[in-house]
Amino acid sequence: MAPFLLQRSAGLLATLLVASAVIFLVLEVLPGDPALVMLGINADSDTLQALRAEMGLDRPLLERYADWLIDLVQGHLGTSVTYDVPVSDLIGERIAVSLPLALLAILLSTAIAIPVGVVAAAHHGRLLDTTVMGVAQLGVAVPNFWLAILLILVFSVGLRWLPAGGFAGWDAGVGPAMLSLLLPAISLALPQAAILARVTRSSVLEVLREDYVRSARAKGLSQGQALWHHALRNALIPVVTILGLQFSFLLAGTIIIENVFYLPGLGRLLFQAIAQRDLIVVKALVLILAAAVVVVNFLVDLSYALLDPRLRPGVRHG
Amino acid sequence: MTIRFAGPMAILLIGLAVSAEAARTDLKLGMILEPPHLDPTAGAAAAIDEIVYANVFEGLTRITANGAVAPALAERWTVSDDGLIYTFTLRQGVTFHDGAAFDSSDVRFSFERAMAEGSVNAQKPLFAPIADIATPDTKTVVITLSRPTGGLPWNLAWGDAVIVDPASADDNKTRPNGTGPFRFDRWVKGDRVELTAYADYWGEPPTLRDVTIQFIPDPNAALAALLAGDIDAYPNIPAPEGLSVFEADPRYNVVIGATEGETILATNNARPPFDDVRVRRAIAHALDRQAIVDGAMFGYGTPIGSHFSPAHPDYVDLTGLYPHDPNTARALLADAGHADGFEATLKLPPPSYARRSGEIIAAQLARVGIEIELIPMEWAQWLEQVFRGTDYDLTIVSHTEPFDIGIYARDGYYFNYDNAEFDAVIAELTVTADADRRTDLLHQAQRKLAEDAVNGFLFQLAKHGVWNADLEGLWHNSPVQANDVTGVRWTR
Repeated sequence: MAPFLLQRSAGLLATLLVASAVIFLVLEVLPGDPALVMLGINADSDTLQALRAEMGLDRPLLERYADWLIDLVQGHLGTSVTYDVPVSDLIGERIAVSLPLALLAILLSTAIAIPVGVVAAAHHGRLLDTTVMGVAQLGVAVPNFWLAILLILVFSVGLRWLPAGGFAGWDAGVGPAMLSLLLPAISLALPQAAILARVTRSSVLEVLREDYVRSARAKGLSQGQALWHHALRNALIPVVTILGLQFSFLLAGTIIIENVFYLPGLGRLLFQAIAQRDLIVVKALVLILAAAVVVVNFLVDLSYALLDPRLRPGVRHG
Repeated sequence: MTIRFAGPMAILLIGLAVSAEAARTDLKLGMILEPPHLDPTAGAAAAIDEIVYANVFEGLTRITANGAVAPALAERWTVSDDGLIYTFTLRQGVTFHDGAAFDSSDVRFSFERAMAEGSVNAQKPLFAPIADIATPDTKTVVITLSRPTGGLPWNLAWGDAVIVDPASADDNKTRPNGTGPFRFDRWVKGDRVELTAYADYWGEPPTLRDVTIQFIPDPNAALAALLAGDIDAYPNIPAPEGLSVFEADPRYNVVIGATEGETILATNNARPPFDDVRVRRAIAHALDRQAIVDGAMFGYGTPIGSHFSPAHPDYVDLTGLYPHDPNTARALLADAGHADGFEATLKLPPPSYARRSGEIIAAQLARVGIEIELIPMEWAQWLEQVFRGTDYDLTIVSHTEPFDIGIYARDGYYFNYDNAEFDAVIAELTVTADADRRTDLLHQAQRKLAEDAVNGFLFQLAKHGVWNADLEGLWHNSPVQANDVTGVRWTR
């Protein structure tokens, strides 16, 4: 296992290094002067120059990239030019919203999708299956921001059960904080659950047709027993793959959902930082998002090995 | 954190329990944009002033709800006969929120800091006429000007000219420390800013105790938050299409006011064919302003004929100078050698007033043979390409700074308008104190811009606000970009 981990970690680092160079260069060629954005249309040109110097924008490109990398390696993400606070503090505050939101969404979507997919497969071709898959089809088609607006209209404006947006803050207690994340998490989770349920269903159906399931049935196991004891574990591999891919979509989804629910999360920070050309924040955030995707893929690879012993390193196929 | 919050919360709960009749003293106000920081002397973002102006920071003078200049930290002032020396008498017993005392040295520090080389004050030209600042005693400030500037008390009322404490000046971006009736409590970045009434305020204490300013970037989300009761007021809505729901609901007040935003079809006067006044006049005839206001702004907005606010007493109505007439427009174009029309680009910044007006204007110009290519862009891009680089044919933007007709006299300003006669009018205006002469000069200036058809003058941007019907004291108009809540109270 150790060489496997080492090899994967090296690959992970190389990916991140390439990502850092791409991110830095892309943001450099992006039009828009951060100093001008801050000072607006009435500023003097010498005022602009003063601010550009203060922000270090007058130094050569390579020098700034090298400084940035060295700082990154030492764990310094730099200081936000607009907020004038360390980027790590900003990200720390925001991750306390985005991470619980993403986890809650993943939890909700798997908790809904896997049982639904399995039940639909077990009732293959019958009314329940058709109904569930019809609803799932609808779920795939519905964009999450539209669902979000609908949920707000029903549960916040109409029933007044839940806040229409904003984040109560963890210092207000876990209850209020989780309540403010509930509608956003549902908006993110439902469309994903629909996809996941469809994948689970087809994957389970496929496995149910395998010889070993037939053998299990022949031994006298019921359909349900064969499904839970033999089929499900094997059916989960494609589900985990999709789950890993969905994580990246979830990160993109939070950018939109956080804007609809005005949550102070990473997505909104990114959105705002781009508009204000707070490049140091954008770079740090994009790099962190890239790292998150790379790490999740790594975890997905590891989970394959857990689910299916044949995929473990060192096991020879033959 | 928990302890700090338990106090006010407990008091609030007890207060509610003891008397359900007592009016509320908290306010949740919604704003579209979160400011980058909270120091009004170090940035142009309107969102900074929309939080701190009059609430947290004060200047020597201030602008009131109806756009007049009123005393603030200066109790009164006198002007020498030659108009060059202003003597301000300061209020006594004023303290900053951190307890530091306020006196004339703070005034001198604040202005010298703004004027200094390397200063990042976004409105540095406001201070340009100041030659010297003297502080004969702690309650007197004598400002000597290099040229008479009738507008000095007005200039000093801007958010960019507020008085800061030398010891905390550099921390104002994250912990603003002013002299206003509300002190900064905390800023949950990306979410909200919380202000609390300042117990030692020098003036009349505000009725409100706790003010929360919630940032809601999406107008639809903000309207939903109002309907859900999550926020009490949303004083500046960029989405007029959502207002009808509130107009029909007695729980809300819908208030349409005026802003200082002259919305214009800015034209690059240096670039052919727009360097030809006949072409610019043709565009003016091609524009149907009322159709633009109706189509893009849902009918909210006043057509203008020059770069001047209709709310100003010296306004001249020049909207009749170029009546909407495609035939005249085509004739003028033919006269200028463009009988077959021409192609041009129209660069549009993000606000909906620009994007929507752009579509309609493109259609109106197409009718006279001008084929427009619409190019939407972000603010940062717009500022760099259009505003600084003057690389554009046409663009749409609202100039929200109050009383800014003087920008047409600036060298290299992005319209590339150059007219010595106009420059002379503005030069005389800056040194004229006589009210009648000023009116005369302002009329001349407005006429000159309209005659030269420098830009397509479209409409004065309206301010759309919605708030709880039980609230009073919020500004209806927007003479400066501010959400002054010092006079706001709940009627029940």
